[in-house]
Formats: sequence, structure tokens, C-alpha cells
Amino acid sequence: MTEKVFANAKAALFDIKSGSSIMSGGFGLCGIAENCIDTLAEMDIENLTIISNNIGNSGRGLVKILIQDKIKKAYCSYVGGNPDLEERMLNGSVEVELVPQGTFSERIRAAGMGIRGFYTPTGHATPVAEGKEVKNFDIPCILETPLHADFAIIKAEKADTYGNLWFKESARNFSPLMAMAAKMTIVEVEHLVEMGDILPENVHLPGIFVQRIFQGIHYKNEIEFAVLKQTK
Amino acid sequence: MPWSKEQMAQEVIQLIPANSSLNLGIGLPTMIAELIPVHMHLMIHSENGVLGVEGRPGPDSISSTLINAGKETIAIKKGASFFDSALSFGMIRGGHIDYCVLGGMEVDVTGSLANWMIPGKKITGMGGAMDLVNGAKNIIIMMTHFNKRGDSKIVKSCQLPLTGKNVVDTIVTDYGIFKPHKNRFKIIKLAVGSSLESLKIDKQLLEN
Repeated sequence: MTEKVFANAKAALFDIKSGSSIMSGGFGLCGIAENCIDTLAEMDIENLTIISNNIGNSGRGLVKILIQDKIKKAYCSYVGGNPDLEERMLNGSVEVELVPQGTFSERIRAAGMGIRGFYTPTGHATPVAEGKEVKNFDIPCILETPLHADFAIIKAEKADTYGNLWFKESARNFSPLMAMAAKMTIVEVEHLVEMGDILPENVHLPGIFVQRIFQGIHYKNEIEFAVLKQTK
Repeated sequence: MPWSKEQMAQEVIQLIPANSSLNLGIGLPTMIAELIPVHMHLMIHSENGVLGVEGRPGPDSISSTLINAGKETIAIKKGASFFDSALSFGMIRGGHIDYCVLGGMEVDVTGSLANWMIPGKKITGMGGAMDLVNGAKNIIIMMTHFNKRGDSKIVKSCQLPLTGKNVVDTIVTDYGIFKPHKNRFKIIKLAVGSSLESLKIDKQLLEN
């Protein structure tokens, strides 16, 4: 078995280069690969294709590399709350393909699962359907194709040294799907543990989908909107 | 007098039977989660991968990894579960979610909805809305009756790019409750004091 454990983000991301396509897990700032993103911001690379639901938010997360003009093309489902991306989309400086979130997840899942295409009603009779094959089942559906990537950068709460992953609460979102879809999956974790420390029945993503792992540092785990219970 | 946001939310809640599963969109619909009576036993789904949302956390239970689709902190109830986004949208696309409440920019007589962009001006993206309108069994749109220019958002034909065609079951605005039906709008209920004129909907579009 090849050694999967790397020293840090810089060591694990060494072969990402200009023109690479990168999937980045997380929903908003929840569950993002903070160390990997900070390292991308330090690397001398450009013309990246980024596949990520939100591409960060207000100066945080992937917005760090967006405002460095390192992103050429982005696939995402939601731009709301990300004025830097909305501005670049409207002025055309970044090519953005908006993908409905369920289709986005399924296209990524399809890539990892060897599915070459699927028909979905989502987006029928909307701009999303433009140029796509329509087939009538019980209702009209459009053909969608897999989304592949060179790299995935993922954060998990726990990984063992084989790369079995365990995610905390709602931090799972797109991460296991992206780990399956990318050629090279790099995972940073809060806790790196020995094999056997995650019970087999608690493994959320089997380590076969993971190529590199490192122990992350200095997590901010930012909350975008803290809303508390009203006390009466 | 038009309904307040809380009154609109209460009107929406009355449309939903006990024991239903329910997805709440970003914006106005989010507030519904905090107003649902516990005895209704609703299972609130949040498309980022949570089933069983229940209101907000206290200061001791707040967690950066426990959020809704609007990226706001939430609490969960007993029986809740977490899952990845593909499974989450499988629940939606597969028809397992009973009700979905979304915001809207325009709804027309055919039940078509526009709520994700104004060409050249504003783009929020569709997020999960296109999947939800085609997947959830009942679609309720909760929105203000008028846009910023003072025009009714209940229209003959949507001018903005669509989120979905023929998908809306019920519209709840601050002026009343409406249903697209046979190329017109059926008025289910009006806020006390709302006249037909005050709706600014073409009379020919209203069902008698």
C-alpha cells in the first residue's frame, strides 16, 4: 500500500499547477478544506477550473483565490452572498456555469461511479436545458453528464491512515462525492487516527477513494450566520 | 391590511398537514422553522444534508457544522439524520419530500416560477430550487405581493428566466393565498381589508 499520509498542505498539493481542475468540498464555509485553500492562495498558479457549490463567501474560503484572479472557470449552484463572484460573472472575467444543486451533486457522483450520463427533470424548460438532449419519460427530462476533476480538496473531521473518513454533522455535503470523482483526492483532517480507530460501520467514505491525507492546523471553522434561540 | 411576515408564515403552516416532510427555501420561508408547533411532528429537510431541523441552538450547542441551506446555525430534533448532497437531492428528486416552501420573483398563471436571476443585473443562482420544484410533491411560494417597482409578482406570464414550468401549487403573499388554475388564479383567501383592486392583478386573470 502506498503511503498516503503527507506532512502538510504544501506537501500534499505539490503537483497542482496552472490549468488544473479542482473540486472543493463544503457548503458555504461549512466543511471547507481551509489549509488547502490557504495553500492554493500562496501558490504561483492560474487558469484554475474550480468546482464548488459556493466558491466561498465575502472574502473567505475560495474567494481568497478568486480575488487573486486564479480562477478561469467555476462550476457552482449558488452565487448569493458572494458579491466578488457575482461581479466577475456579470462582467465576464470568470466563466461561471451555474448548475442546479441536485444536478451538481449527481454529476459529481456520476463521475465517481462510472455513470456516463443521466436524465433528470431538473432544469427542463429553463436556461439550464439549453443545448441539452430532451427525452420524454413520464415527464420531459434533460441529459446531464458527469463532472470530473484532476484534484479534490476535502476536509473531514477524522481520517485513519488508509483514508477512511468520518464527517461531523452537516459538514459532509459534497465532500464524499468529490472524493470519488477526482483523480487525486487530498483530505485534511481535524484528527488523524490509526487504522481501526474508526469502526467499519462508522466509515462515511471508504479510503479507496482517498490518495493523500494530512493533519490540518489552525482551523477557524467560521460560522457565516450565527442565529441563536430567542430567549423569552 | 397586508399580512406581516409572521402572519404569512402562519398561513403557510396551516397549509401543511401534521407528520409531513418539509423543505424550506432561503429567505422568507426560513422563519417558518421557528414557528412550527412541536405537536405537528414535521420533519424539516435542509438540502445541505439534514433531516430533522428544529429551530435554533442555544449558546452552548451552537456548532459551525450544524447549519441550514441559508448557512445559518440550527438545532436538530430527536430522530434527525445527516447525509451527503447526492442522497439529500435523491430525497428531493425521488419524490420523498411532501412540501417545499420557496421564495419567488414571479409566478404566472401556468404555475411557472422565476426566482434565481435578473438578466444583466442580479444573479443569486438557483441553488437547489430547480430540483425542489420538480421533485417535492407540493410547492408553496411565499413572497411579498409586490416587487420594488410596485408591480404584482403574480403575473400572466413570467418574464424572468424560469426556475421551473408548471410547478407551483399555492402562492402565499402578504395580500392573500392564490392557486394557479386553468390559466387563471383562484383566490383562496385574502388578507382582511385587501380588495381585489389592491392586488394589481389583471381582472381577467382572476377566477370567479
